Parts: sequence; structure tokens; C-alpha cells
Amino acid sequence: MGYLARQLAGRTDPAPDAGWQEAPERKGFFTDTSICIGCKACEVACKEWNAIPLDGLTLSANSYDNTGGLGASTWRHVAFVEQSRERIAEARESGRRLVELGMPGMGAPPAAVGGAPAGGSPAGYGTPPAPADGHGPDLRDMLASSTASRAGTSIAAGTAGASGAASPGTTVDGTPMVGALPDFRWLMASDVCKHCTHAGCLDVCPTGALFRSEHGTVVVQADVCNGCGYCVGACPFGVIERRTDAAVSVREDGHVPDVGIAQKCTLCYDRLTDDQTPACAQTCPTTSIRFGTRQEMVDIARERVTELHEQGFTEARLYGANDDDGVGGTGSVFLLLDEPEVYGLPPDPVVPTAKLAEMFRKAGLAGVGLLGAAALAFVGRRP
Amino acid sequence: MANADCVVIQGSNMAECHPVGFQWVSEAKARGARVIHIDPRFTRTSAIADTHVPVRAGTDVVLLGAIINHVLSNDLYFHDYVVAYTNAATLVNEDFVDTEDLDGVFSGYDPRTGTYDNASWAYEARADTDGEIQEPAGDDEPESRTRARAAGQELGSYGAPLEHARVVRDETLQHPRTVFQILKRHYRRYTPQMVRDVCGIPEEQFYEVARAITDNSGRERTTCFAYALGWTQHSLGAQFIRAAAILQLLMGNMGRPGGGIMALRGHASIQGSTDIPTLFNLLPGYLPMPVAGEHDTLEDYLSQIASPLQKGFWTESPAYTASLLKAWFGDAATPDNDFCFDYLPRLTGAHGTYQTTMAMLDGEVEGYFVVGQNPAVGSAHARMQRLALGHLKWLVVRDLQLIETATFWKDSPEIATGEVRTEDIQTEVFFLPAATHVEKSGTFTQTQRMLQWRHQAVRPPGEAQSELDFFYELGRRMRDKLAGSTDERDRPLLDLTWDYPQDEHGEVDGEAVLREINGSHLTGEKAGELLSSFTQMRADGSTSGGCWIYTGVFAGGVNRSANRVPRHEQDEVAAQWGWAWPMNRRILYNRASADPQGRPWSERKKYVWWDEEAGRWVGKDVPDFPVDRDPSFRPAPDDGGPAALAGDDPFIMQADGKGWLFAPKGMVDGPLPTHYEAQESPVDNPLYAQQRNPSRLIFPRKDNLWSPSGEEPGSDVYPYVFTTYRLTEHHTAGGMSRWLPYLSELQPEMFCEVSPELAQEVGLENGGWATIISARSAIEARVLVTDRVRPLTIAGRTLHQIGLPYHWGIGRDAVVEGDSANDLLGVVLDPNVHIQESKVASCDIRPGRRPRGEELLRLVSEYQSRAGTTAATAHERVDEVPPEMARRRAAAGAPGETGSTSATADTEGTG
Amino acid sequence: MARKDSTFLGWPVLRQLATGDLLGRGASVTSRRTREVTPRTSTSDRVVQSVCPYCAVGCGQKVFVKDEKVVQIEGDPDSPVSRGRLCPKGAASEQLVNSPSRQTHVLYRPPGGTQWQRLDRDTAIDMIAERYLESRRNTWQELDSKGRRVRRTMGIASLGGATLDNEENYLMKKLYTASGAIQIENQARI
Repeated sequence: MGYLARQLAGRTDPAPDAGWQEAPERKGFFTDTSICIGCKACEVACKEWNAIPLDGLTLSANSYDNTGGLGASTWRHVAFVEQSRERIAEARESGRRLVELGMPGMGAPPAAVGGAPAGGSPAGYGTPPAPADGHGPDLRDMLASSTASRAGTSIAAGTAGASGAASPGTTVDGTPMVGALPDFRWLMASDVCKHCTHAGCLDVCPTGALFRSEHGTVVVQADVCNGCGYCVGACPFGVIERRTDAAVSVREDGHVPDVGIAQKCTLCYDRLTDDQTPACAQTCPTTSIRFGTRQEMVDIARERVTELHEQGFTEARLYGANDDDGVGGTGSVFLLLDEPEVYGLPPDPVVPTAKLAEMFRKAGLAGVGLLGAAALAFVGRRP
Repeated sequence: MANADCVVIQGSNMAECHPVGFQWVSEAKARGARVIHIDPRFTRTSAIADTHVPVRAGTDVVLLGAIINHVLSNDLYFHDYVVAYTNAATLVNEDFVDTEDLDGVFSGYDPRTGTYDNASWAYEARADTDGEIQEPAGDDEPESRTRARAAGQELGSYGAPLEHARVVRDETLQHPRTVFQILKRHYRRYTPQMVRDVCGIPEEQFYEVARAITDNSGRERTTCFAYALGWTQHSLGAQFIRAAAILQLLMGNMGRPGGGIMALRGHASIQGSTDIPTLFNLLPGYLPMPVAGEHDTLEDYLSQIASPLQKGFWTESPAYTASLLKAWFGDAATPDNDFCFDYLPRLTGAHGTYQTTMAMLDGEVEGYFVVGQNPAVGSAHARMQRLALGHLKWLVVRDLQLIETATFWKDSPEIATGEVRTEDIQTEVFFLPAATHVEKSGTFTQTQRMLQWRHQAVRPPGEAQSELDFFYELGRRMRDKLAGSTDERDRPLLDLTWDYPQDEHGEVDGEAVLREINGSHLTGEKAGELLSSFTQMRADGSTSGGCWIYTGVFAGGVNRSANRVPRHEQDEVAAQWGWAWPMNRRILYNRASADPQGRPWSERKKYVWWDEEAGRWVGKDVPDFPVDRDPSFRPAPDDGGPAALAGDDPFIMQADGKGWLFAPKGMVDGPLPTHYEAQESPVDNPLYAQQRNPSRLIFPRKDNLWSPSGEEPGSDVYPYVFTTYRLTEHHTAGGMSRWLPYLSELQPEMFCEVSPELAQEVGLENGGWATIISARSAIEARVLVTDRVRPLTIAGRTLHQIGLPYHWGIGRDAVVEGDSANDLLGVVLDPNVHIQESKVASCDIRPGRRPRGEELLRLVSEYQSRAGTTAATAHERVDEVPPEMARRRAAAGAPGETGSTSATADTEGTG
Repeated sequence: MARKDSTFLGWPVLRQLATGDLLGRGASVTSRRTREVTPRTSTSDRVVQSVCPYCAVGCGQKVFVKDEKVVQIEGDPDSPVSRGRLCPKGAASEQLVNSPSRQTHVLYRPPGGTQWQRLDRDTAIDMIAERYLESRRNTWQELDSKGRRVRRTMGIASLGGATLDNEENYLMKKLYTASGAIQIENQARI
């Protein structure tokens, strides 16, 4: 792949591409919405760490979401989605189809074990994965202890004649985690900047205010940004925004910093410089938000989605983990329980500069005679 | 909790109110546990649970009673555990008559006072004992005594006293007067059909819950219950918890890992403030406050706390009491003057916060300290609270922010309605800025009884200071002003030990206070040394100690609450982080985690066991048992105290060493949980003629009106049920959240949650406004129409419930303000612990904002007159029964005639 | 948007070429502020272990102090209770401590007054001590209506304690009880 092409689309490791020598491994988030309790600690911890002003003080009447969406003054946002049985059925079906389409790492759900509950049905999402490093026991340990405790039970229960429970799709007492469709569910999901492999905001920034960090994240430098706003239109997720004077100060002097400047999650760039966990992941009470190397995040996400499918929660699917998507995969990976649109996420995000390399190449070929070899060498040379 | 195989969260919205504690539920789930959430609303807890069971607010005893019935009728209880460790086999005396025979009251009820004489609930006494089985001295007014103390609260750490432990047991459980058979009969009518009709839970769902609990209990598995204020804030709240305790004992889930009943408490040190109580009825360590006429001498007092012949550690109360008095009055306290026992003021009834509020309205209270609390918003009947503040001579508010309680005189809603004028309020108000948790050092006791020391990070800003410094300084000045006084009444203040070291900034050394709480040897070789255990306390004045259950926190002169061995460096019990009372035990009654012979019930649930070779109890935790007591040990008949604990008496703080399925003492409103409807209810009690808890504390006053219930005329004026609650984003009355921009932004406005069906019925729009009207007040709220609130079918009728968070209040200083849900509530209290019923009441709802000014008062009174409510409404203690039943009740030991009392005859709610 | 780098070698174009960040999206465009950024958790003067003041779970907190000011409060990963996590309220603790609307002065409202007044703390405590003793005198009960000895005052009440330290509750209960005040309550009963 050409240098420019790789810089603008497809699989790549973005930090070395941006000139970072001996860059640390790319960092990212994994947000597992199946265990989010919608507490919004991430929103608060983010605002507190980054001293972000308020977005406003009005009730949205949209479930428990009063901050609306990501923006210049909301860098973590928790969405609340209330759904009926029909919608859950559709989500379960659409997720199952994804498996049939060959989503990586997923097998077909096993047959239900034991009798389904007499009435009602589980509303929750099975087992949450373990916390990331420094944040509780390791995932694999937990999965192992989970297996061990089930095994212990099933031996004992076998002698007692109680229902055995060895399948990952059942609880200790042998009840299938997925029974009949629930009447209702309440989805919660913490959204954040995707830190795309190919970031539209970054690629169009004319001032160098946006930069790719050594951790592979995308960060705005408020001291460089001139507020031109090109990045706002270039983000396929609608994440980055310029702060307006509608933001409300949290300071005694009433000052709102960086009005007019583009703002978004930095993945706590400052904390990363000292090997600290970003504020949102550090605080998350249920480890719905995890932080680590991007590869580790993707691995855990795959493991988790497989587990949920094995339990029968076929509505589970990953978002951002596919490196062949329109942005080359995202640094922030999500496990969703319905179509992305349900959470306000674009189903098929494409970085607007994706075709730039091809356009440049054609333009370059056409202009060979005019620009001369030096120009060609500068733009189109193979590495 | 992480070790549970099934977690039942009922009466708690754990994920929202204790998000970080909820990680342990998540972890249990990761290990394959089932999580069931039983709650009127579908909350963030329900969203994560395996099953959500919507229930009509206030009907939990029916559901739990039906599970108990299911367990008993199908022999699903943990037989060996029940026989060995509970009082199931114990016989109750012949005079006991159950609610099943008296249509909703137990034997011993006195309708004049609304109290029980619990003599007939006593255990049968063994025939081989002579006639010494007497009530302790001073028993001529049993009902006033049990009523006057908030009994259940007082018994926070142990069971009620018994005269003896010489009980009669039938371990076949067949005798009709065994607790087991009484229990079986009591709950026979609590059926799945009753659950369907009363709670609104379909039968299939009932069986699903029952099966989850029974499948996950026994030798190999354990089920854990978690509750919070969804259980306590009812007119029979303590009985909700008792019902769960009965079920957990039957299933063998007490004292074992992954079992138990978790009380999820809402404030950083709410446990600590009960252990070292800022509560009227208690002294530190759950010693009762003395009562006038009953505890005139130390001897009277001690004889009523515990009989020396009962089992367990409570018999050592003389040592605990003497040590407390030595800690307080120092050298002035001597054996000859009963350690200054006379210095303690005496109670003459209930003096709880609501009684005090009414006393303020009556002009009896001159001065009021409000310390880190916001009653103008956070207490039930907040309107009454605010009006009461205006009757004080002086008010001291200590807080971080200018909360509504501090500014009531200038911007309370009553000024807006024109009821009061700022200029007319004669209360002198002092606002003193407080220190935050990082500006002082000290301990909080968290919900699992663990003390954790906080180190001071910075000094308080400006004139802010800690309570420790303020009250020390206040005490010093009062003592200075009284110096030289010869008035006998000033002796207690002047003799008080009140000399704590201060640092260069004048801040009191919190560790010095904690050392005093821990206690010391005062005489002998060890004089001056800190006690390492409460077993070292003596009744002769040779030891001191401000709170016996906390003794050991400073053992060896080391502040153990400051222990902070990182979790990675210790096992999962984490005994080296903080210090849990008593004696750093993490699971109480953990002897029950082993079988009667001392072997673990199962390998999987191994916790504490008897090591035959070593002759000791060993395990993962500090054994909550005499460490060298052989499982086969049997005490002599005349033994009392710890020596009388048999090797299989795991419940060492209970007077008979057993878990109480049936409570012969300790509960003032009945030995077994019984369903009564709430003070305000849309339905008649389908189980008994008795509609409401006959022992609830009532306050018939014109400013405390109620909606008629059930079939009573006028009940349709307030046709809907509302329940109040917290949100993750705020903290109680908002003093620590509505002033913080980052929290206010997340939940900026007061709202109500209604079902789409109700919205359609009355014309409410999502995002619009609604006015909610109760018999006390009317408030406005933005509307959230949501499927999370579901109409229930109760006895064939559709019932709508409305959800109201209670964090907002009217003031001008906070970032966000709004009407207070607590304005809608009246005052009716649980008789055991004097907690108000705030989880269920009746209301009407209509679209639009509430009227302003005087119009608001007119709206409320228009509803009141339409409903025909008067001070007598809902204040009947007992409901009419046929003459034959009245006779039967009268014969069951209660003086007076039933049905002859009317509430209006009482000017006071309590005896 | 002036770049702080003043030397010739700091010129972005040269940095682009030198680092291989030819499109100017990485190392070459970082400002000095970006290059020198350090989290305030790394530059604090001290870190103090504390406990969250909101609910009763008892989550561990680490309090970061710089120049005698709290600059950050976050979860303590060492705590077996909370494993480093905090809920939104706990995460807002720093704002609780440094809240701009927090009161740091004693305020006084005289009877019938319509405005707050400032009052020196020392004077305020003295006035409260006077009023305490006076109300105690006014409302002292040696005997109750039935002639039983009670030696108390029903004229002074207190509410609060669940958000306070054990040591504070202890001093309060001790002082109130010795002075004869019994109407002492806290949130545990609300």
C-alpha cells in the first residue's frame, strides 16, 4: 500500500505513521455496554479531571440522559435507551445474522440447558468480564474461577440430585441465562471519542492543533487550535465540536475556558504520559469502561461477545473492532446490544479523507509533467 | 456478596444508590449467580439483574411470607441447620395467640395504647426450673417500656434479653407449640394467589423467585439478600427485615459466606452514628438510655438489659456500662456513686426527630443544632419541618453550603404561599461552615461495620471547622461559664472528662478521642494501657471505654482503623484493611458456617471450622465464637453469659444462642411479620380485618392528614400510589450534590415517573409538567413517561404507581432547585425503630404546573374536603371486628375492649 | 496559536522532515505545552488516603494535595472495598471540597432579620454557648409530671451525625447527655 494510502485508510498502526519512533503500543478503551449501570461516574470523572464547563442545566425528558451527546463540554456521554420486547427480538435476530455472516470469534449459541424459567425471563446480560489490569482480578482468572465454581457445584449438585450447571449458558443453579424474551430492557452505554485509526478531524486540521499522540490517540491542542472548525464536519461520528459561550462555568470567576476552540476526549493524554489510567476507566464502578492496549481491548471484546453469544444473548455485537471498516477500526471499541443507530452511532462510519489518497494519486499522475519528479518523489514515493 | 449463588435485591436500588458496592453483585454474577430485583420500578438495578419483579409498594411481607410458606409446605428448608441453629424446635408458651385467630392482632394487644404486652409470646419454661422465671424488676408497665425505647434500633447488635435459656425443645418439630409449627400456621394463608392479588406478581413469577432461592440454598449454595430504605421506610419496616431473616434462617443462609442480609446504608457513617449513637434512645454500644421510673438505679438499669442467666456476651453489660461511665466522668465516677449513673438524663417516652419537630411547633424547644443534615428538604412532611424551624428561639446549622434548612426564613415555600413572613420569624440563625471529609481526620463506619480512618489532607478553609473542634470548643466554653457553679445540675458537665490534645492550629486530635472510645486499663499493672478486647472490661471501675463494641480498634496502642494493607497483599477477607467491630470480624455468627459437629457444611462454602487437633475454631475469618469451645460442649443448667453457650449455639448475641424465627421479645409489633397495608393504601387488607399495623406510631393532628384507604369513601380522591427514592446522581436532600455543578447537570430538575397508561389516563406529556397532590401538600414535577413504571393488577383492578425522587428543595443558593417530594408525605412511624413511612402513600396527579401563592393552599384544602379527611382519618389503631372476635381478642390477654378507641381521643401519638 | 519554540530547529517543517511525520499530524506538530504536559496526580506534594463521604459503602479515596490545596480526588486501587472505583458522587468529591459556592464564613441572622450578617466565629461560638446554657436553664426538668427524676432539658435538640465521624458523634453525644439534652437524632431514623 502506498504511503499516503496507508496514512489515510485501511489497516495500519497510526502512531509510527505519524512519525513516532519507538512509540508505545497503541492504547484504547473497551466499553462493554452490557454491564454499564448508567451511573455516569465516567462523565463526572472526565469533567473533573479535565475541568470542563457545564453543557446546560435542563431536563431532556429523554430517559435519564440530560447531557444529550458528546460535544465540546461532554467528552464522555452515557446514553439511555428504553426498549420494548419487539425491539429486543429484532436486536437478537440482527445480532444472530452477524454471526452467520462470519463475525470473528463467534460460534452459534448452544441449545438451552435445563428447563427455562417458569415465567418472566432474564433481563440482564450474564457475566461481566473481569476488570482490566490494576483494576481487580484478571479477566482470565475470573473466567477460570467461574468455571471452577460451576464445576464444583455440578459435582456436588449431581450427588444432591439438583440441576447441574456446567454450561456457560446457565447460572450456578442451571437456569439458562436467556429465557423467553423480556418485556422490556433499559440499555445504557457510555460513548466517547473513537480515536480512529484514520481520524477525519486530524487529517483535515490545517493548523496542527490536532495531532496523533505516541499512544495512537487523537488529541486537540487548545493552544494551537484557531477554531476554524474543519474538524467538526470531518468527524464521521459527530464527536468533536467547538465550545460555544453557552457553556456554563464551574469556576468561581465565571470563566469558561477555550470558547471557540475545538474540544473532545484526549484519552487523558496527560495521564498517559505518566502511565496512569484515564479518569473515566479509573472510576467506572462496574469495569464497563476498560483501558489498555488497543489489541488487548479488541481481544477482550471478542472474548466477551463470544461469551454472550454462547449464553444466547445474540444481540451482542462489537463496534469499532473491525480494522477494515471505513475508519480503519477505532481506538475505542464497544460492545453493543443493538444496532449502532439505536445508540446514536453511525452504522458504517467512513473517514471523509479515505479516498484522498486515490484522488491525490490520480491528480498526481495527471500533473506529472507539470509538477516534475520532485513533487512525485515527495508525495508518491513508496516507503 | 461476591460468593453468593443467588442475590435477591429487594427494597433497594443497589446499582443506583451503591454503584461501587454493586461490583460485588456483578462479580457474583460473573461466577454464575442469579440476580433478582424486586422493586415497584424498573431501575438501573433491574437493568442488570436477571429478573425484575415489579411489586406493589409496601407488600413485601406477603411475598416473603408466601416464600416462607412455600419452603415450609414443601419441606425445602435446610433441615439440619434449622434444627440445630434456630429456635424452630423451641416451644412457645400456651398463652400465645396468633394473628390468624385474632384477625390481625397477636395476643397481648392493648387497643388503648396501641401496644403489646409481650408476656404471652415467651418461650415455654422447662418444668425442672423453679418459680424464678420472672420478668426483670419494674415490670408494672411493660407496654410503655417497650414502646418508649425504639426497641429494634436499640437491639442493633444482638437479640432482646430473656430471663433464662432453659427452654423446652422438640427437635422433631412436631409439637404444635414449636416455633416451627406456629410459623407454618401463621403463613399458611400467604399463598402465590395472595401474592398475585396483593403484590401484583403473577404466579409464574412468584415460583421463579421461590425456586431461585430454594435452588440456591443449602449445604453447597447460599443466597444473599440486600435491602435498604425500600424496606425500612414503612410503618412495619422492621418486620420486612424480620421476614427476610426468617427466610434466610430457614434456608441456612446466615453466618455463611455468600449468605446473610445486607443492609445497604446511605450515609458514610450511618452505621457509626448508630453504634456511637446520635440517637435519643441509645448510649454507645447499644446500651439503652435510662428511662424515668424504671432505671432509677444502676442496678435497675442493668437488671433490665440482661439477665445473668441468659446466654452470650450481653450478660457482661455491667462491665460495658461502668467502662462507659468511667470514660465520661473519669475520677468522679466511682463504684460508690454507681459511676455517676445519676448524671444521665432520663427518657419518658419517645423523643425522636418527628416528636421533636412537633414539640417545636408547640413551642417547647428553644434551640436546635442541625449538623450535616437538611430536614427542610430531607425529612418526611418537610413542610412541617420548615414551619417548626420558625418556632425556635435559636438554630445552629453546620454545613458546607447554605442549605434550605439554613435559609428557610427567607425562601421557604411557606413564604411564597404567604403563610409566614420573614420579618415575623423570630428564630435567631447561626450558620457555621463545616469541614469536609478531607479537612479532618477520623473514622467512618461503613455498612459492613468496618471502621476506616481518614487522614487529614488539608486544613479547613476560612472559618470552616470540624464538628470535633466545634463541639469541643462549645463544651469548653460552657464548662468555663459554669465554673464554680454549686448547682447540682451542673455537676455532669463539670465532671465530664473534656480535655483532648490539640495541635498548633487548635484542632482536636481525633486519635485521642478514638483511644477513649477504645478504652483503657485504669488500675493495676496495666494502668494506662489500651484494652485489646471488650472481654477485658470490668464492672468495678478498673477499666474505661466509650463504646464497648469498638474496643480493640486501638489494641496495643495501634490505630487499627488506619490499617491499609493493599488488597493485592492479602486474602479476600482483607482483614488487614480497616477494622470491623466486633474484634475485626467480617461475618457475624460465622460459627454457623460449620455444621453442629464443627465441620464445614461443604467444601465450597468453607469459612470457619473446628480444628479437632488444635482444639480451636479456625478459618478465614476471626471466629465469632469462644475460640476453644468444643462443638460438643453443653453448659450446666445454671450457667449464664458466654459460659452458657453450647458448642452449637452460633448466635452468640441472642439470649438463647439460636437464630430467632419467632421473636419472643425485641419486636414491639409482633413476634412474627404480618402483612398490614400502609397508612395510605388503595386496597383493603385482604388477609385480616386489621387494615394497618395496630402498633404503628400515629400523630393525629390537623397538619398531618391522610387519604382514606381501600373501600373507605373519599379514597378515590387520591387514587394513585407514589413512592419516593434516590438517584445515583444526587445525595439525599441534596446538600452534597445540588450545589455541585457536575452532579446537578446530570439530573437538573425534579421529575415524576409515570407509565404510558397513566399518562394517557390523565393527559400527561413526556417532558411536560404535572402537579401531584397528597393529603398534605401539592408539588410540581417534570414528567417522564416510561415503560419502566408498569401498572399492576391488584385483585382485578389496575393500580398505577408514581415514582418521585426526593433530592430537590426550594431555596436560592443551590445550582438546581425544585419542589420536594417529602412535602407530600405525612408522619407515621414504624413502632420498632421510629422510621417514617416514605416509600408508599396516596396521591392524585394532573397535568400542568402547580398554582402559586395562596392558590396552592386552596388546591390542597379543596382535595382534603372532597376526600372528607380529618385528623381522625387513618388514625384508628384497630379496625372494627365482630363482637365475637372482639371478645376473643380481649380474652387473649389484652386489657380493654377492642374497637372502643378513637384516635381523636389521643392528643399524642405515643405513650 | 504561536508556537513557543523559538529556535530554528523547532520549526515545524524541519520537525516534519526529521521525524518522518511528513503529513504533520504527529510528533512534529506538538506544542511545547503538549510536550511538557504532566498530570497533576504526578506533581502533587502529597497523597493522602481517605474514604468517600457519600454513601456507606466506604470506598477508598486518594487525595492529591499541591500547595496545601486539594487538586484531585480519585479512587484508591488498594482498597479491598472499592478497588479504585468511585460512583459519580465520589468522583465529584474534589468539587465538594473546592466548590465555589462553599461557605467559609460564619453567618448570622438576627430574629426578624431579612439578611445574613457576618459574625466572627469566636463570637458566634460564645453566643451559642450562652444560648445553650440559657435554654437549658429555662427548660430544665428535675422531675417529670409523675414526680420521677429525669434531670434533663427538653428545650435543646440536635439532628445530624450520619455524615460525621465516629469521634465527632462521640463528643456530641457525650456533651449533650452531660448537659441533659436528650432529643438527639440523626439520619439513621429518617
